[in-house]
Amino acid sequence: MLDKNGIAKRIAQELQEGFYVNLGIGIPTLVANYIPHGINVVLQSENGLLGMGPFPYEDEVDPDLINAGKQTITTIPGSSFFDSAASFGMIRGEHVQLTVLGAMEVSQEGDIANWKIPGKMVKGMGGAMDLVASAKNIIVAMQHVNKVGESKLLPKCTLPLTGVKCVKKIVTELAVIEIVNGSFKLLERAPGISVEQIKNATAGNLIVEGEIPEMVIN
Amino acid sequence: MNKAVANAAEAIKGISSGMTLMVGGFGLCGIPENCISELSKHREINGLTCISNNAGVDDFGLGILLNNKQVKKMISSYVGENDEFERQMLSGELEVELIPQGTLAERCRAGGAGIPAFFTPAGYGTEVAQGKEVREFNGKMYLLESWLKADYSIVKAWKGDTHGNLIYKATARNFNPLMATAGKITIAEVEELVLPGELDPNEIHTPGIYVQRIFKGINYEKRIEQRTVTKR
Repeated sequence: MLDKNGIAKRIAQELQEGFYVNLGIGIPTLVANYIPHGINVVLQSENGLLGMGPFPYEDEVDPDLINAGKQTITTIPGSSFFDSAASFGMIRGEHVQLTVLGAMEVSQEGDIANWKIPGKMVKGMGGAMDLVASAKNIIVAMQHVNKVGESKLLPKCTLPLTGVKCVKKIVTELAVIEIVNGSFKLLERAPGISVEQIKNATAGNLIVEGEIPEMVIN
Repeated sequence: MNKAVANAAEAIKGISSGMTLMVGGFGLCGIPENCISELSKHREINGLTCISNNAGVDDFGLGILLNNKQVKKMISSYVGENDEFERQMLSGELEVELIPQGTLAERCRAGGAGIPAFFTPAGYGTEVAQGKEVREFNGKMYLLESWLKADYSIVKAWKGDTHGNLIYKATARNFNPLMATAGKITIAEVEELVLPGELDPNEIHTPGIYVQRIFKGINYEKRIEQRTVTKR
């Protein structure tokens, strides 16, 4: 089974040379720590920055320089700033190659729910609806089951949707799964996890073809 | 073309109850601290509709106006960091309209650019789509969204000149340049106010045509929401 950093490490393997990438809050943010050596990617922060760097040293903190999670950050050589309309223009215009975000539920059709639980405080969708409606390639990073043990990979989402038919791939503590023709297709198992365990944790239709390899995580 | 006014008190003259305000900023980054503080001293101004990406925190940013019950309605994309906001929203005292962030930005831009409506894919198939026209372009579904305009837009920039030309710093830019274009009257507060000619025309983000009043702000607190650092 993978921990949060393991999920982030596995997603980092999806990065390709020259990608512009938007990383959501939570596990997705950790992906930045595991960008493969020798691969150049540029991180987009939707509040108006391309080329997000690591957190600043204490004496370099700049309140005018934050990421979409409102954390203080830095720029890297070659960074650029822009306004919020330009930022979502590059997202909607499909100039950002990969979006990684968290989810409460994903359906076998690729629908995603991650912004609202009815009856609880509604904080808002922020940029999530824009991102999922437009990104060419969306990877969801999440736990396979919720806190009470129920599957988050469902035939249909039960929570209010963030976007429809948009998720391409899901990486959880148990598996790497692709959305193919309205089903979850199992691609890889986490170290030490059996296909049976993944089946039991997946409520939606799971396709298992042939021998399922174990993930290689360094 | 001298748009300079003395201070926030002079800048906010004319703002009255029931008006719609756009307020720049993302979280607490790039918010017009001076104007918000000044408005909070005028509790007789209430029933405001505020268009702003966020609603501040309990005791800072737009949270101050919420605490004073000066705000009737918030139009935002994310409002999570504010207990008083939550209380007012759940009790029905405060109306809230949540909009996808990119749609919010584009609606402000459209308002300033004379584009009454546009199609965007954000929110298709979700509750955001309720009551909106849906149209297909090249096999993909889009929602019709309309422009937003304000009686007053209040923005914060880093540098400005007395013509109203503005330069923003880093990610404090965010919604400010868009909102600056969409106000009947746009107020800019800046950290440095200079004479025309002192700013390089190549580096202007907001041309002065959009700005009606400008002043040099004081005592910027620039509060940080998430102070994250790397240890040396």
